[in-house]
Amino acid sequence: MTDVLVCVKRVPDPTGEVVLTPDGMRVDGRYAGYTTSAHEEAAIALAVQVAESTGGSVTVLSVGAAESVEQIRAGIAVGATDGILVEADPDLLGPADVAAAVAEALRVREEAGRTYGLVLLGNDAADTGDFQVGVRLAYLLGRPVVAGVQTLEVDGDVATLRGEGPEGTEVYEVALPAVATVLEGGVSPKYPSVVGRMKAKKAEVETLGWTGSPVGAGREALTVPEPPPNEVTVIGEGTAAAPGLVAVLRELKVVHG
Amino acid sequence: MSVVVLVEVEEGRASLVSREALTFARSLGAGDLHAVVVGPAPEAVVADCRDAGVAVVHEAGDPALERYAAAAWAAVVEAAGRAARADLVVAPGTGRGNEVLAHVAARRNLRMAANVVAVESLAPLVVQRQVVGGAALERATVDGRVRLLTMAGHAVEPSAADAPGAARVAPLALTIDPQDLRAQVVRVEKRESGDTSGLTAAKVVVGAGRGAGGPDGFAAVDRLAERLGGAVGVSRVVTSLGWRPHHEQVGQTGSRIAPDLYLACGISGSIQHWAGCASSRTIIAVNTDPDAPMVTKADYAVIGDMHEVLPAVLEELG
Amino acid sequence: MAALPASARCVVIGAGIVGNSLAYHLAERGWTDIVQIDKGPLPNPGGSTGHASNFIFPVDHSREFADITLDSVRQYKELGVFTESGGYEVARTEERMEELRRRMSSAKAWGIPAEMVTPEQVAEKVPFLDKDVIVGAAWFPTVGVVDSLRAGTIMRERAVEKGALTTVPNVEVLGMEVVDGRIRAVETDQGRIEAETVVIACGVWSPKLARMAGARIPLTPAVHQMISVGPCEVLAERPGEITFPIIRDMDTFCYERQHGSDMEVGSYAHRPILWDPEDIPSIEQAKLSPTEMPFTEDDFDPQLEQALELMPELLGDERAEIRYAINGLLSLTPDGYPVLGETPEVKGLWSCAAVWIKEGPGTARAVAEWMTHGNPEIDLGHSDIARFYPFQRTRAHVRARTSEAFNKTYGIVHPGEQWGSNRNVRLAPMHASQEALRAVFYEAAGWERPHWYESNAGLVEKFGPEATMPREHEWDARWWSPVINAEHLQMRETAGLVDLSAFAVFDVVGPRALEAVQRIIVAQADVRIGRVVYTPVLDERGGFRSDLTVMRLAHDRFRVVTGGAHGMADKKWFEDRMPEDGGAVVVDLTSSWTTIGLWGPKAKEILASVTDADVSHEGFPFGTCREIEVGALSVLASRISYVGEYGWELYLPMEAGAALWDRLLEAGTPLGMVPVGIGVYGTTGRIEKGYRAYGYELDTERTLMETGMSRAKWKDADFIGKDAVVEQAGEAPKAVLCSMTVDDHTSASGVKRYMLGGEPILTREGGTLTDGHGRHPYVTTAGSAPSLGKHVLMAFLPPEQAVVGTGLAVSYMEELYPVTVAAVDATPLFDPANDRIRGRA
Repeated sequence: MTDVLVCVKRVPDPTGEVVLTPDGMRVDGRYAGYTTSAHEEAAIALAVQVAESTGGSVTVLSVGAAESVEQIRAGIAVGATDGILVEADPDLLGPADVAAAVAEALRVREEAGRTYGLVLLGNDAADTGDFQVGVRLAYLLGRPVVAGVQTLEVDGDVATLRGEGPEGTEVYEVALPAVATVLEGGVSPKYPSVVGRMKAKKAEVETLGWTGSPVGAGREALTVPEPPPNEVTVIGEGTAAAPGLVAVLRELKVVHG
Repeated sequence: MSVVVLVEVEEGRASLVSREALTFARSLGAGDLHAVVVGPAPEAVVADCRDAGVAVVHEAGDPALERYAAAAWAAVVEAAGRAARADLVVAPGTGRGNEVLAHVAARRNLRMAANVVAVESLAPLVVQRQVVGGAALERATVDGRVRLLTMAGHAVEPSAADAPGAARVAPLALTIDPQDLRAQVVRVEKRESGDTSGLTAAKVVVGAGRGAGGPDGFAAVDRLAERLGGAVGVSRVVTSLGWRPHHEQVGQTGSRIAPDLYLACGISGSIQHWAGCASSRTIIAVNTDPDAPMVTKADYAVIGDMHEVLPAVLEELG
Repeated sequence: MAALPASARCVVIGAGIVGNSLAYHLAERGWTDIVQIDKGPLPNPGGSTGHASNFIFPVDHSREFADITLDSVRQYKELGVFTESGGYEVARTEERMEELRRRMSSAKAWGIPAEMVTPEQVAEKVPFLDKDVIVGAAWFPTVGVVDSLRAGTIMRERAVEKGALTTVPNVEVLGMEVVDGRIRAVETDQGRIEAETVVIACGVWSPKLARMAGARIPLTPAVHQMISVGPCEVLAERPGEITFPIIRDMDTFCYERQHGSDMEVGSYAHRPILWDPEDIPSIEQAKLSPTEMPFTEDDFDPQLEQALELMPELLGDERAEIRYAINGLLSLTPDGYPVLGETPEVKGLWSCAAVWIKEGPGTARAVAEWMTHGNPEIDLGHSDIARFYPFQRTRAHVRARTSEAFNKTYGIVHPGEQWGSNRNVRLAPMHASQEALRAVFYEAAGWERPHWYESNAGLVEKFGPEATMPREHEWDARWWSPVINAEHLQMRETAGLVDLSAFAVFDVVGPRALEAVQRIIVAQADVRIGRVVYTPVLDERGGFRSDLTVMRLAHDRFRVVTGGAHGMADKKWFEDRMPEDGGAVVVDLTSSWTTIGLWGPKAKEILASVTDADVSHEGFPFGTCREIEVGALSVLASRISYVGEYGWELYLPMEAGAALWDRLLEAGTPLGMVPVGIGVYGTTGRIEKGYRAYGYELDTERTLMETGMSRAKWKDADFIGKDAVVEQAGEAPKAVLCSMTVDDHTSASGVKRYMLGGEPILTREGGTLTDGHGRHPYVTTAGSAPSLGKHVLMAFLPPEQAVVGTGLAVSYMEELYPVTVAAVDATPLFDPANDRIRGRA
């Protein structure tokens, strides 16, 4: 039985053009809404697989403002068991602070008798892209960490994790407890079912604080560069374009012979 | 001041992003330029470093490093940093570069800024870096005794230094701590092609929309999908009209696909449909309307009737 | 991509269902050189059409909506984009069952197939619905879904084929050029386009564009939440978009609508969530489209639970996922009607906004007719943009009313129901006195008007329960009081004092005033100074634009007095028909003058006690007006009546209104006079006299002949509609406005029921009646006639039934009540010789 903790972050949905808050310090989600990063959605899906195969549970944790409970519940709606909100002002926290806050929450749970054999995070957050919270957390916990994981299985005390490396699929076998950061692509995240959403609404989410003194992120300002316009290459018109299209297919290596 | 750059080896040479990182580090004009290579540094890599103006190439030859382990690589970078008395460590903004530097940051309790595209000032160190998947730039101060940066790909054009560096190869004396090998690649598997028969797993999806014209308008679509070893996906209107079964629908309320190629035929490209196919690596649109969103958002387009274009393509493919 | 032309005869802004339909209908009516632009791409530019749930329930309590919807369905069918699915409105409560029965009435009145069914019957067609959750349902077999985007594309293509239309997508409007009150050009990011006529048909963005021209389109973008759950096995098994009937779960304000393998659940139950047009994101900023805002799931959770309750197996399947969830933006207006017509502020700038899918093509056709020859076939009176008073166009009013109305979308709304928000905006000068008299205020055009006075409650006892016709059933008695009937009887016995401050008042002034008024009104305008005429105002086809009174105050000054609700539209009708040389102008005096009505057998005595003026019938004949002095107050007294009694409308400056009111109360109270509310003035008093009311009996679809208001001869001078009325007078009318009395009110349960209006009139046996227009008769006004001791209904009947003494039936809450035709023209049921008005009684 492996209990898995998945750390998620409330981020502005990155689908549309980036809109900044008037002070230029944050990405504004008022148009696109807020969501969980795709990597973290994949992490939840993997965690649910592990919990199902080992008879364990999944706890979703988020460090952030009170609204982050929406992302926690979204995780519960797709199969997680319960949630932890570490309430803190996300603007004041840098990646080291988030790692510290998660570590402290884990200690609190441990003192309450709940330990997590596996802690999953997204490889990087969709908004700040720091690429380091998971690794920092692993050092704080003294656990091994694998980054960029796309699939994983747990057998007893060993996790087998796979991710894409330069030469192929890299396989890790790591003794639990461990930490892993997840990249999307290895598992299809689910949308919640109606029943899942209703379960999530009623599920327990524990609220904790964090008492550490933040070192911050060093952010001075955000800017949005003009996105390059999509340049469509018009191969041609009508049947005359067929050879050109086939040439593109060959170039893309989707047609052989 | 001294800068250490982590150089990744790719097919026996310094990888492109590593050479970009070297060019970038040199452009800071911050003093000695060091490179660190995990494993013995191949001659071509040393040559690349020389061209880039590197004074010293630190290499680590511990056999334990043969299989990738981020913590062990971080130990190597740390050792190089010590040897070079580095003020700044730069790594390519690749999966490994980011991971290794994150380890260094955690081990040494240092700040790390990922995906940097420019340095505004050295003291204090102020950088511009990519956030939100590159859609926004963050201006950030990176403080601390040693600063760690990873370089976003294509931030600079790699170039040779005016005068080549000495590129003296200096083996690092270090022993890898078994603790740092707890998470180590045990094997590398050939990428599996996997089962790509399903719509969501297919590497190629041939899509069709209202332009198919009716339930009988999919013959060429089916044949092309078969020829390319892919699957057929359709827009919502096609299933709504009962022309094709619901499970073939691509879009917000259907399957979300991410194939290498999406060939969208006679699909205007509604927002709902786009939500299901936007992750495709390459999109080719075949449509009579050059203003259709599917065309304007595609990588390639053929302006024409799918009923004429697709048979011609099939013929061309033979 | 098509380049933006430099000029056009007409620019249509918007390529949603409305803009597309409008471009098509303009082309059909011979318009050429139409340029349609939209900020977004085709075929889905990203407005409300793009995320519409696209289903149509044809039944509505409003005839205007029902007719427009039926026309839209006819058009969608012709375009080949309509799929009939049938639809249920299910009830979870007995109260809702009653409302569904009332909807049966509306359905029958408008000729829409409908029947009440049992839960078992619903479950037969919708096996995944838990029949134990509902107590019954209404079945509407002609409900269906449409492909509104496809419809738009086809309509555009047809207009293009005619050579009438150029559509340019991806063009953003940046400004509007207005010169001397007339639209000149539209500024866009791709250049300027000159046009004589510009139509704003861009839904939720319309207010923003109107403001660019200095005009107002009072609507607000509001959120309607919708989710899509799937794939559901039972739905996926069948091909096509829809094979199961649509369910409206009325008590939870939700609907469930199959869309392919998914079930869409939409809600009007959540808190009102309003946006400002300026805050809607661009296409690039939006996650999906600009009108598909991020879903706020907490708002939807209760509906999710209720939907699951109704369809436990289908929606409870863990494999069915919530794949799509939006806060979809749609347009809401303060009174629920669209905003159509030429803006009062800018000539040539038209609005075609706040129109939903079910109304799109029908509305577009009517507006195209309006733009082409001025007279849409279907009356659009309720939707006329000119209807709004300035305060009704404010953001605060729009937000307050739409917030209040949102949850009434599926609500049970009583026909007499009053607004709760943004009240006390317009207060009569005698408001304090009315409050002291414990007036129950209803709103009219923003005015707080006493509907009755609780201070008169004692009169109910005086006249006795029989005479005041109490209503046993709560629904019939809601928003009503027997005090109204008691006030009525007291007025007929002594006198009543009525606050008529809500009247709209405007003068037509200038050397060409007579000529201008003569052309607009049916009655002779060339009367001597001091005459008052009551007159219809017609359109070119002889349809009613208004009915109002005109006082000739000077050789070059006519004062027009009209109802508050329709006052602003009347004002625009007059303004639009003033001579271009400025020889006559309209001066709005609505907020300058207040009006007090004094009527009854003792009115003469009361007025005589406060003035030295001659108020005798001989000295102050009926149909005349003059200045009189009441103490130090100068009052314009006009001897007319809308309640069939001797008396006056007394006009004086707003600031002096309270003084006259108090003076008359003081003088009249000892003689038994009481203040009387609009319940008497608007319903009981007028219905006994057979007086017609605009918006009820009168609209542009009705003629003088049909309403029994035709004349033996017409004035020599030409007037708008003259040719039509002369022609109509020579033909037999297709329908005849009749008054009927209800013979027996007893329902099956023994409770006496009283109709409130809108009910279908059938044969005694319940058979359908159809008039010469193909319409089915329905009650236009219903109310007590206390002096007759009868409940009176007015309705347009087929000529064969329009015979005094004919026995018919009215269907109310799915029961039949016998009625008898009592009048087939304007002959009053009470005091038919008008002795009282003339002071002969």
